[in-house]
Amino acid sequence: MADLKLTNVKKVYANQVEVMRDINLDIKQGEFIVFVGPSGCGKSTLLRMISGLEEISGGTLEIDGQVVNDIPPSLRGIAMVFQSYALYPHMTVYDNMAFSLQIAKVEKGEIDKQVRRAAEMLQLTPYLDRLPKALSGGQRQRVAIGRAIVRRPKVFLFDEPLSNLDAALRVATRMEIANLKESMPDSTMIYVTHDQVEAMTLADRIVLLSAGNIEQVGSPLELYERPQNVFVAKFIGSPAMNILPCTMLAPGAQTRVALANGHQVSVPIDVPAADQGKAGFFGVRPEHLLLAQSEDEVLLEGEVSFVESLGEATLLYVQVPGVEDMVIAKQTGTLAIHKGEHVRLCAQPEKLHLFNEQEHAYR
Amino acid sequence: MVTSKKGSALTLVMHASVLFLVILWTIPTAGLFISSIRDKDQLSVSGWWTALSTSEQRLVERALDPTHQQFEEGRWVIKGNLMGNSDGEVVRFGVSSLQPEAHAVGEVVDRKGKQIQVFANGDYTISSDEEMSGRRGDRIFFTAEIPPRFTLDNYREVLSSEGLGQSFINSLTVTIPATIIPILIAAFAAYALAWMKFPGRALLIAGVVGLLVVPLQMSLIPLLKTYNLVGEFFGVGSKTYVGIWLAHTGFGLPLAVYLLRNYIAGLPGEIIESARVDGASDFDIFRKIILPLSFPALASFAIFQFLWVWNDLLVAMVFLGNNEEHLVLTGRLRELLGSRGGNWEILTASAFITIIVPLCVFFGLQRYLVRGLLAGSVK
Repeated sequence: MADLKLTNVKKVYANQVEVMRDINLDIKQGEFIVFVGPSGCGKSTLLRMISGLEEISGGTLEIDGQVVNDIPPSLRGIAMVFQSYALYPHMTVYDNMAFSLQIAKVEKGEIDKQVRRAAEMLQLTPYLDRLPKALSGGQRQRVAIGRAIVRRPKVFLFDEPLSNLDAALRVATRMEIANLKESMPDSTMIYVTHDQVEAMTLADRIVLLSAGNIEQVGSPLELYERPQNVFVAKFIGSPAMNILPCTMLAPGAQTRVALANGHQVSVPIDVPAADQGKAGFFGVRPEHLLLAQSEDEVLLEGEVSFVESLGEATLLYVQVPGVEDMVIAKQTGTLAIHKGEHVRLCAQPEKLHLFNEQEHAYR
Repeated sequence: MVTSKKGSALTLVMHASVLFLVILWTIPTAGLFISSIRDKDQLSVSGWWTALSTSEQRLVERALDPTHQQFEEGRWVIKGNLMGNSDGEVVRFGVSSLQPEAHAVGEVVDRKGKQIQVFANGDYTISSDEEMSGRRGDRIFFTAEIPPRFTLDNYREVLSSEGLGQSFINSLTVTIPATIIPILIAAFAAYALAWMKFPGRALLIAGVVGLLVVPLQMSLIPLLKTYNLVGEFFGVGSKTYVGIWLAHTGFGLPLAVYLLRNYIAGLPGEIIESARVDGASDFDIFRKIILPLSFPALASFAIFQFLWVWNDLLVAMVFLGNNEEHLVLTGRLRELLGSRGGNWEILTASAFITIIVPLCVFFGLQRYLVRGLLAGSVK
């Protein structure tokens, strides 16, 4: 059970391609950290560098204050759960879980105790004598987790553990992982996923990666409510946040911005005076765009060019004149709005976001 | 409907062709087997496909000599049976080699004052008014219809008197180590070439693939010269079992390494990484994960190497020689072909003994053959 510290960690492949740059991250004991990002962002590479399966090209990785860059995976005090389970197909569930302890030459009685404890935790006791091929996907994943638990690691590493499961099983296993974390509050867990729902539901803190860089680190709600940049804003939340180009007219505690169609909006975000007249981006989440009741609160208006009824919500794709991309508005429930209708949308001022020209958020 | 009709017709044609091919491929072996268990006299006069029908044979037997004559009812009589222990029915007989089928059974024939009578069951009586003299019995020629007879005598004969038993053991002595040694070496090499990172790995793999095309015949003489040198240095003969094991190992290794490497490289990497995280060393991973999982590939290569070594004549001739105590089955067969070329019962029985081990190996491991090969090379 340990702290993890990554300092200026980078990864360079043999062909001089730098895939990870200057990763700095502090992970406290007992935290549930989720690495999330689009595919190819380097989240799995980062996890594999922590596990020791991938070499660290620069910087240091400390576990419990000890630099472990050159320590082999088995001695780092980590356990890893792989996407494809990676069970040993020719061994029974029991042997799968006992394997690491047998390698470590732990005494037989102790192995038995550990395996049975883990099996108990994961409700695997009836299956201990089966081969992996006789198990369902969810059970296999539980065996993989059990194999990690048996080792009593300081840090658990999960590499997209749910992506091979079907939707229903995924939700159930997600809850099991959450329960597991609750039952072992002292163990640190690092979890890689590309699914933001998993990230939002499981994480104490999310590390959002993109193209080898950390975009933002924070609690799920922090990332949702105060994204540091346009990338984070668009990645977290579904559908993605509407980002419209705008110009800062009157910076201040209440900043007036002009949208591309000339419409002016007042946003309660402090923009430095130096940025007056500069271009920037105006953001609002689809679920925060509501149908306007009165004329003076209208934020955006336009023609509905597409309606998606999801039952619990209705998505309106609105073509706002002068704005290139379609604006998406997510309304709860079902609505009697059809294609071609003219809608007026509004939003609470505190739900709006402003980003500067470099796509960084104003606070 | 149209498509299903077309489909069923196609299926029919396919099944018919498969059946045809199966029969075509099985006939030689079946013929060999049937020939090898037939009576040698029947084998020499009729083909194996007539094995189940009665055959007509012209035979000659010498009757018992006059010392067996007895005095019965005023005449000297010799009684006996032509057929010995075998079943069959005599249809005609003769007393001179010029007319071997002159008389029907039951007829009484006069020959030099003796009356000779032969019955259908092979019983004969030779009787004379005077006491018969002479050292040897009369020759009786007869044509018999002999029912099919199957026997293991041929096998008994080749295994004992023809030295095939010794050769069988020699072949096993050559083949078993020559199968196991390359598999052991190749499995280690394949794991290293597939999963261990070291400089020059790609070159090594390319080298192994390159060695696949080197014809064995080309290396025989240089290799034998080397053996002679080495043998001289250590003061041992150059033609030993160790020598042929090493030769077969060398000739088998490129294919073994290539096949096994492809198979092992195709195993999921996460399993190996998982084992590494679990603390397993490379040797642990090889022993506890790779070996059990690559059993199909190992088995399929084992079949190949076994068959190849078992059926090999050339390498055995060069590296083991032709002396009696080292002669392998293929060499013995070749010798028999020269010395006993006319004795089909010997040749067929020997041939069947030679193929029986490969057949057992093949049927025992055949489910790995297809799977292992496909998995190894297509992947």
